[in-house]
Amino acid sequence: MTAPVVARERRAVDFTGTRTATPWIEGEPTLREISDDVIRPLVTRPGFGWWSCFAVALCALLIGVSAVAYEIATGIGVWGLNRTVGWAFDITNFVFWIGIGHAGTLISAILLLLRQQWRTAISRSAEAMTIFAVMCAAMFPLIHMGRPWLAFWVIPYPNSRGPLWVNFRSPLLWDVFAINTYLTISLVFWYLGMIPDFATLRDRTEAGIRRAVYSVLSLGWNGSARTWSRYETTTTLLAGLATPLVISVHSIVSMDFATSVLPGWHTTLFPPYFVAGAVFSGFGMVLLLLIIVRTVMHLERYITIAHLEAMSKIMLLTGSIVGFAYATEFFNAWYSHNVYERYTFVNRVSGPYAWCFWTMAGCNALAPQLLWMRRVRRSVPALFILSILVNVGMWFERFVIIVTSLHRSFLPSSWTMYRPTIIEVGTLVGSFGLFFTCFLLFIRVLPMIAMWEVKAVARHASGAHV
Amino acid sequence: MSDAAREFIVARFEDERRLIDAVRAVRARGLRVYDVYAPYAIHGLDAAMSLRRSRLSIATLAGGIAGLVASLAFEFYAAVIDWALNVGGKPDNSTLAFIPIAFELTVLGAGLATVAAFLSRCRLLPTMNARPVDAAVTDDAFVLALRCRQTAFDRSLVERLLFEHGAETVVSKVIEP
Repeated sequence: MTAPVVARERRAVDFTGTRTATPWIEGEPTLREISDDVIRPLVTRPGFGWWSCFAVALCALLIGVSAVAYEIATGIGVWGLNRTVGWAFDITNFVFWIGIGHAGTLISAILLLLRQQWRTAISRSAEAMTIFAVMCAAMFPLIHMGRPWLAFWVIPYPNSRGPLWVNFRSPLLWDVFAINTYLTISLVFWYLGMIPDFATLRDRTEAGIRRAVYSVLSLGWNGSARTWSRYETTTTLLAGLATPLVISVHSIVSMDFATSVLPGWHTTLFPPYFVAGAVFSGFGMVLLLLIIVRTVMHLERYITIAHLEAMSKIMLLTGSIVGFAYATEFFNAWYSHNVYERYTFVNRVSGPYAWCFWTMAGCNALAPQLLWMRRVRRSVPALFILSILVNVGMWFERFVIIVTSLHRSFLPSSWTMYRPTIIEVGTLVGSFGLFFTCFLLFIRVLPMIAMWEVKAVARHASGAHV
Repeated sequence: MSDAAREFIVARFEDERRLIDAVRAVRARGLRVYDVYAPYAIHGLDAAMSLRRSRLSIATLAGGIAGLVASLAFEFYAAVIDWALNVGGKPDNSTLAFIPIAFELTVLGAGLATVAAFLSRCRLLPTMNARPVDAAVTDDAFVLALRCRQTAFDRSLVERLLFEHGAETVVSKVIEP
């Protein structure tokens, strides 16, 4: 290896703030053992843990399917929306799920560019989480249309209505493009990362249907150094593209609100505030999933306490940014001397939805501060509880932003309350069902740890690296 | 092509360090490395094999520019030329409002172009009969393949050289093109 490359490698390791010997894998498995461990869930029968999780997820999904079917058959009058609060539960869920997805891209793209080795064991499942979360998110605007079979009207295609084009000035249309681009690039990135692993599966499988499927999916991958070299270039380029993309997606989501004139929405703080919140909630969800998965699938060796600690540090950072953003919003409201803006924030902390605000502040700004303590960062039960709190808090954050701003704005004669109906709650439950059903199927049919990436890191740690 | 032309000397190594040693030694003797196969990307191998820096980023740039130009042009055509619709009194050519979509399509074009260029350059296509040189290279083997030329190729010398640099096994293989 030439001298400059050595220097770059050293620095890359130093970024983690730890020594080269950081055990991102427990024990010293051989390369073959790594393949065995990762492939085991795909070839063995699932245990009781998996089946019970799957049964719960499937029930939740069925509840959601029924709720959505009823809503589409009857109309969105079955929701609790009214003339004042025209956006509530479904947009809250939309923003919540889109935010969840952001941690996956952060792990697979931004941490790749920063050469963080700990991302290797968790990147595949985090990317899967992104894709399923974006799918859940996309469902909400679709069903909010009332007539989802006309959803293709948001695509600018030559039509018999003029052609009447879509309104390119609308942030809602920006969302359509942002989310579809995000889903496409995430899917491509995910699949690209799995090609070498499909080849491993292909070469370890006896002839048959499984082997044929893996053959087609692996695109004839043969492990050639020339291919590997271009592969690394391609993933770096895609990571470079995905990084501004992920920031743009939640910025655009925040513009759905920020470009309006409504007090509580009309603020330039929203894009960075939403992006930080998205990463925060996403890491909450990654932690939750990985804590469940490492236990249920017995992958503690690869998803170690050190991984959980690294993720909890990002949660602490982004949680603190979110807490700071809350404070900034209040400062701005006071400093603006705008009575409507001021009232919105007084109403948030002391109005009828104050309990939502305090839940949000407690879960998002205060609870993560416990992560300053190393003991908490390395305790699996504590992280499990915290990750649930973060998810609850971030859901309430979106609810607070949307509903408390809408329900009492400029005209007191229009003030009203909003309460979700059972159908809306059922839809939210269903989105969790969809998410977990997809995720649980994913960990059974696809390698949930990127074998080739972990192998490279394992070699590095064992000193075999040149 | 005759069988001899497709014959390779295939050396298998236990780890990447020995593999890189062997690549250097083989090249120092003036022999051409046909290819190297490994279960993951080995850092330092590009330099040892003197692989050129990939030009895939040209495809990224081209795809990005195409996405940017196409989306801006289409937005302008739809909102200004074809049907200028007054939306809240905003100007027909609301360039600033056109930027988010143009940005998204720039990224989309660049990303898809990069992947398409990568797949076509490496000839990665769905196939039922992939034939890796050794089934273990996608698992835990590191393999160096040299093409047997009919002239000026002293097989025993090459084999000795490979064993000296830590090869576990050295075999001759006929690989279908």
